[in-house]
Amino acid sequence: MNERIIDLAARGEGRGWATSWYEASARARIDGLLDAGSFREVIGPEQRRMSPHLPLFDLPRAFDDGMIVGSGRLDGSAVLVAAQEGRFMGGAFGEIHGAKLVGLLRAALKLKPAAVLILFDTGGVRLQEANAGETAIAEVMRAIMRVRAAGVPVIGLIGGRAGAYGGGGLIAGTCSRLVVSEGGRISVSGPEVIETNKGAEEFDSRDRALVWRTMGGKHRRLTGGADAYADDTIEAFRQAALDQIGRAPAFDLATLEAEQRRLEERLVRFGDCRDATEIWGQLGVNDPESVPALTTADFETLLVSLGETTHDAR
Amino acid sequence: MSGWRREREARDARIEAGRSHAEGKVVAADKVVDLLEAILRPGDRVCLEGDNQKQADCLARGLSQCDPSRVHDLHMVQSGIVLPEHLDIFEQGIAKRLDYSYSGPQGGRIARMLYGGQIELGAVHTYLELFARYFVDLTPNVALIAGVSADRDGNLYTGPNTEDTPTVVEATAFKNGVVVAQVNEIVDRVPRVDIPGDRVDFVVEADKPFYVEPLFTRDPAAMTETQILMAMMAIKGIYAEYGIRRLNHGIGFGTAAIELLLPTYAERLGLKGEIATHWALNPHPTLIPAIESGWVKQVHCFGSEVGMDRYIRERSDIFFTGADGSLRSNRAFCQTAGLYACDLFIGSTLQIDLTGHSSTVTQNRVAGFGGAPNMGSDPHGRRHPSDTWMKAGREAQVTGDPALMRGRKLVVQIVETFGDGLVPTFVERLDALELAKKIGLELAPVMVYADDVTHIVTEEGIANLLLCRTADEREQAIRGVAGYTEIGRGRDRAMVERLRQRGIVRRPEDLGIEPLDADRSLLAAKSIKDLVHWSGGLYEPPAKFRNW
Amino acid sequence: MEKLSFRHTTSRALPGAKAQAITGVVASGNLEVLLERTLPPTECTVEIETPIRGYGEVWEAVVADFVARAEPGGLRITINDGGARPDTVSLRLLQGARLMEV
Repeated sequence: MNERIIDLAARGEGRGWATSWYEASARARIDGLLDAGSFREVIGPEQRRMSPHLPLFDLPRAFDDGMIVGSGRLDGSAVLVAAQEGRFMGGAFGEIHGAKLVGLLRAALKLKPAAVLILFDTGGVRLQEANAGETAIAEVMRAIMRVRAAGVPVIGLIGGRAGAYGGGGLIAGTCSRLVVSEGGRISVSGPEVIETNKGAEEFDSRDRALVWRTMGGKHRRLTGGADAYADDTIEAFRQAALDQIGRAPAFDLATLEAEQRRLEERLVRFGDCRDATEIWGQLGVNDPESVPALTTADFETLLVSLGETTHDAR
Repeated sequence: MSGWRREREARDARIEAGRSHAEGKVVAADKVVDLLEAILRPGDRVCLEGDNQKQADCLARGLSQCDPSRVHDLHMVQSGIVLPEHLDIFEQGIAKRLDYSYSGPQGGRIARMLYGGQIELGAVHTYLELFARYFVDLTPNVALIAGVSADRDGNLYTGPNTEDTPTVVEATAFKNGVVVAQVNEIVDRVPRVDIPGDRVDFVVEADKPFYVEPLFTRDPAAMTETQILMAMMAIKGIYAEYGIRRLNHGIGFGTAAIELLLPTYAERLGLKGEIATHWALNPHPTLIPAIESGWVKQVHCFGSEVGMDRYIRERSDIFFTGADGSLRSNRAFCQTAGLYACDLFIGSTLQIDLTGHSSTVTQNRVAGFGGAPNMGSDPHGRRHPSDTWMKAGREAQVTGDPALMRGRKLVVQIVETFGDGLVPTFVERLDALELAKKIGLELAPVMVYADDVTHIVTEEGIANLLLCRTADEREQAIRGVAGYTEIGRGRDRAMVERLRQRGIVRRPEDLGIEPLDADRSLLAAKSIKDLVHWSGGLYEPPAKFRNW
Repeated sequence: MEKLSFRHTTSRALPGAKAQAITGVVASGNLEVLLERTLPPTECTVEIETPIRGYGEVWEAVVADFVARAEPGGLRITINDGGARPDTVSLRLLQGARLMEV
């Protein structure tokens, strides 16, 4: 365990404005999320556990391989936390990056924290170390199952530039609860991948309004893909994480069957929709076109009025 | 007698020929090629409206489909070479000679075609210069223009992007030329008349709305600490010192950062009302926070900007709007305003040499000039004083009778010492000179000449070239802000220190600025979404700038 | 990757007691700087790994100016560069020194 390391440059502390989650570095997010001064990093940057693969491609490495893991306190309770740095290699999973998260989750089995928080910010698997990355995704999902089965909720927080794509999207699907902000995106195939495979007529990746209404935070929240919607501030994510820890469902057969039912019903109900706005319309949103422009408060009001976006599944 | 009306008779004959493809003045989109083949004559001077923003794209496609055996050797006189069709017509032999001013996206291709001899080049102009020549020796025989809507009499509504249209039409319609307008729709009554119908001979209902590029949108999310530092220095070291109220900004991130620091950093310096009140400027979205905070008195625009229309309508105290409520822009008038009525131009460039000449030409691209050389020059015809102008004049005055002193326009280059890919901004010799030699240009494409530049702002400091008294001082002042480029590292350190004592070179600390305070928290808006919030939801950014 | 290493002597130790700090991130045009207080009080080393070759002289000048300005005695500084411009390097180094002075 090391001294807490902060990235002061990315913080707005003491300047009277809320720090944007989207803009903050992974370290700044952890620092603002947890109780002040409580974070203890494991395998910190001074240990220089860097990717053994990137030098083969003449690519720069990062001291923490873009994954910061450790322990801390959230409103007094002990938690474990992992954060991806979305600006380094798009937050992609490599060997060290993945191993640090797997190790943290395994430690959770012993330490039994109040929760494990995963701060997603990833495009998926790192191409240069794809085998190790893919393996890591599988190991992380297995480890999350075990942690949840042991009664420890795993909360995913998604609001970074890179979103939660590829294997990151799969892992997010295994969490107990997900918190997302407007800028956060959750999906498996990214916009460019879809366009490359299916053509721009199917999905124009440069139409960013389309990208966000298909994969973005509001859509995921409306369709139950995420369980809470947070303003784009570190403080809002902290509050949402606290709320969700208490609401995490038990990891048992009933929950899994409920999740299966939820997903099947969703497919039946919305399978023929050609655009997210059609889904929102069917959900009972009066003016679907206006959803992207809604403020957080108005969006929360809308969610309450729809009344069906909370569920006991997942 | 008839010997004095030949042009008019020729014009009437062209219109007569065109009428067989029209119903009255209205021409269907699928008849464009027939129309153009009927009204054009080989060797005609043609303005195919390609502005900085809006494009007569339907007419451009039509022209490129004309039969080169009927339509050939045209002399194109238009401000923007923007669409591929603008150059296709040269490859097809439809056009032969070119006079233009801006070719941003086609800069690489135009360089290759000039080198390959496919284009006979007249000159690369500034906007105002080309417009001037429309009335002297480059008057179009045919103008192909674009608008939002027209009625059956040809009354034209240009929409907020009026831009070059009135100038082009003025020169063509009143000198026996033929004017063809493409519009998005034909209506019974236009919202306002930007061009009276008796100046428009044919109206084409286009197959799709004309294209407009969002050229002036800078995403605050991409703004760096370095750009913020430079903006702080410009505000404190230039705007505040000279009391700059009337100004024009370029389109770079450095100037956008200045706009976003007005309601925050500049407000804390107590400068509200003292600086940046009257503008010749496109409606930059990054100016919204300053407008909403009461900084800006008024803005006249060259053109509009995608997504700003509703906002402008609701802020008619600030912008020039028509009786219908929408923006009325006008490039020729706004360029004139920038030349004669602004005390400062500030913009960025790609290369600056040791004397201060600057250019946006790189080895393989001829981007053209647009308006920058006009904005960024000291107008010798100016005769009205202002405190700013006179102060700059006093600084530049070396000899002569003080009673005959005149002022100076401030022309500021705001640049980072290294550009993308670690390419140095400061160079011994401009690439423009090499390019001019390679493609045989008589005049090297210099954007702003050294004798017009008054200040250079970089992340290392401000060089005040007005105060330099010798060529050596000038060179060292430029080296003194050139950072870690080879030019910067080649400075005479002792001399730069002496220039610093005289205030010719000023560092952030000389201005009381701590570089570590140059933080994104100073930006009034940190994202496009913030700009939407500032505008009360009136700004509607194009899809490519959204992340919601 | 090009590896560069510079060693400087300073007239004092950098004030403050912080043992280590990190600032910046390895991304295009950016870099991360790790600072550790592990050297004798008037020594400073700066090690750099950069994917952009051929800028050794520029790095040398940037580092020398930083050392003259911040007097970072006692620090071992390690940089993972993502192709940052020299002014960004200067800024991150100064930010790092400020973090260590807390």
